[in-house]
Amino acid sequence: MIIDILSWACLTVGGILGIIGAIGIHRFPDFYSRLHAVGIADTLSAILILLGLGFQAGLSLAAFKLFLIFVFLFFTSPTASHALANAALHSGLEPELADDENKK
Amino acid sequence: MLGLGLASIALTIFLATRMNLIDDESYPFHLFSQFPAFFIYILNEIIKANIDVVKRIMTSSSISPQLVDIPVPQKSDLGRVIYANSITLTPGTVSVALSKDTLTIHALTKEAAEDLTKGSMAKKIPDAVIKK
Repeated sequence: MIIDILSWACLTVGGILGIIGAIGIHRFPDFYSRLHAVGIADTLSAILILLGLGFQAGLSLAAFKLFLIFVFLFFTSPTASHALANAALHSGLEPELADDENKK
Repeated sequence: MLGLGLASIALTIFLATRMNLIDDESYPFHLFSQFPAFFIYILNEIIKANIDVVKRIMTSSSISPQLVDIPVPQKSDLGRVIYANSITLTPGTVSVALSKDTLTIHALTKEAAEDLTKGSMAKKIPDAVIKK
């Protein structure tokens, strides 16, 4: 019972964070700041959803697989974000910086 | 059967260690002891940064995107990669370009950029010094 409540709390908060990340993608002005919004869905949202599913699975093979998903996500998602940002900078996309806005 | 498998694995590992086949880059065994403390620290940072970015998305508080260069104190390639990945992993900061000793980061707010410039996170990163 307690485990059910815990798992549903994790799943709900994780889902809400994912939606907030999606809202952030629409609200932020340029590519680089949108990457930060995606960062929410990438990190805490994914961690909470996997944790919630882990509570449902209990100690089983499924839980171990969820743990593996978490480990791989933990290593690959920042690498993917970095690759995106680096590619954008190399192809000459200028970030919209705070100092520029002051000049205008 | 299972015991035989375990024995052969143990023998292989033992021989590989004797022959110095295991390099410190691909299997950083010597960092494993530092990993749990670092993991708890990074999880804490992720949660703090998440709350901050969520606040900035949901309220109309201002963002001030910054592009700054910060020094990288880590000596080894692995240490530098761990540092850059940890910066990207915390929402609000993304590492854009990594060179030998500087790291260009894009930060969502001025505060996040200043925090990284001070280098409090850099001290926590386990530095994998390659033993030769």
